[in-house]
Amino acid sequence: MEKVVDIQHLSKTFGTHEVLRDIDFSVKKGEVVTIIGSSGSGKSTLLRCINLLEKPSSGQIIYNGEDILDDEHDIYEYRTKLGMVFQQFNLFNNHDVLSNCTVGQIKVLKRSKEEAEKIAMKYLQVVGMDNYINAKPRQLSGGQKQRVAIARALSMEPDVMLFDEPTSALDPEMVGEVLKVMKDLAESGLTMLVVTHEMGFAKEVSDRVVFMDQGVIAEEGTPEQIFNNPVQERTREFLKRIINKE
Amino acid sequence: MSFDTIVSIFIKNWPMFLRGAGTTILISIIGTIIGLIIGLIIGIVRTIPLPNKGIKRITLIVANKILSIYIEFFRGTPMIVQAMVIFYGTAQAFGIQMNRVFAALLIVSINTGAYMSEIVRGGIVSIDNGQFEAAQAIGMNHMQTMMNVILPQVIRNILPATGNEFVINVKDTSVLNVISVTELFFQTKSIAGATFKFFEPYFIASIIYLIMTITITRILRYIERKMDGPADFIMAGNQMQVQSPDSIAYKSHTNNRKL
Repeated sequence: MEKVVDIQHLSKTFGTHEVLRDIDFSVKKGEVVTIIGSSGSGKSTLLRCINLLEKPSSGQIIYNGEDILDDEHDIYEYRTKLGMVFQQFNLFNNHDVLSNCTVGQIKVLKRSKEEAEKIAMKYLQVVGMDNYINAKPRQLSGGQKQRVAIARALSMEPDVMLFDEPTSALDPEMVGEVLKVMKDLAESGLTMLVVTHEMGFAKEVSDRVVFMDQGVIAEEGTPEQIFNNPVQERTREFLKRIINKE
Repeated sequence: MSFDTIVSIFIKNWPMFLRGAGTTILISIIGTIIGLIIGLIIGIVRTIPLPNKGIKRITLIVANKILSIYIEFFRGTPMIVQAMVIFYGTAQAFGIQMNRVFAALLIVSINTGAYMSEIVRGGIVSIDNGQFEAAQAIGMNHMQTMMNVILPQVIRNILPATGNEFVINVKDTSVLNVISVTELFFQTKSIAGATFKFFEPYFIASIIYLIMTITITRILRYIERKMDGPADFIMAGNQMQVQSPDSIAYKSHTNNRKL
């Protein structure tokens, strides 16, 4: 299968602290990949490096056969191809639900207002927020905000969706509604890269699970492999800790 | 010195007071708005991320230096001195004869701009970093991020401080009498000179200043409330015709809460 994003020898240091060390990683079209690992293992940083919210210290990110870390490359255009969903939702506070989903389309993709609203409505229906188009972010619950944030990212019609711990900031009873939307999206064939602590979701939905530890990819494989027969000692230990807690 | 004299002086001179008050308001409104625009532009420029190398980096560093000199200079010197330098100074040194009202607007605008740019900077700093990241993540460049996401929120947040500047400007335009701009203080001085009375005209002037500042404060408070809107979202307020069961439940829930 064709690789959508291909990362080669990616490293990231903050000061003297090495957060990512020589990562080789790729996402194929239509694939759902979850990244698991303990806090500080670098999984969020990897995601943020992929859409250049953090500038990688070295390495290559190949998209469509081009290295987008090349100085000449238009990073703004590249970013429109990646949809990002944040832990803290980050909806635009000055826009209502509908215009949160249209402002990027209109200003960045230069779509007409009518077209943008049609596309936004389509995705707001997917996430079940089409009845709230005139609401402001502060009038919504956490789960609703996150669903709108997913619709906003989908409205740009990206090649890959990146989810950075999308349920970690939610109240327990709201986690379900967001995970359900994500499951539906995964089944629709969307390419997804999900950083998560939801092991159930990782087990059930993903095609491939990546376990990160101390800035490197310690182990990767199918959910069965990782959850039932992990090869590495540290994977086993991490899973034991998580499952005991649950 | 009695209530009657105050009334009679006002009745005799009200067109002069009114014209003075009008000029004062005009200069402070336009000065504050232009000052705000200057502040926002400087806010945009000063938050441009510094490129790693190249001519753009040098240009940006130089521009930032010039802007900080501008801010330091106009915040650090009295407006009355700036007025003398800009109006009489340029006339003598370069032979530029400025229109008085134009000079007044120029002085108030660039003076306010210096203060506003610091207020705007504070406003930008106070915006959650997630707003910048979300805008970047959907592919917005710096200008698009600022215009569509950050500055609208900044303007709301700095509205109280802007109102402050506006009120200060209404009062501080009185120093422009040194360049003979016919604002309220200048007019009052003329009336006092003509009638040889000081308490009454200046008392009237102080009342007029007070009316102007209180009105402005009230109007700005109203605008703030308008911008904020209601705290909760009422489904009846939108135009969707078809409603799902859970939205109807949500609506009746909010209605119950009101009762």
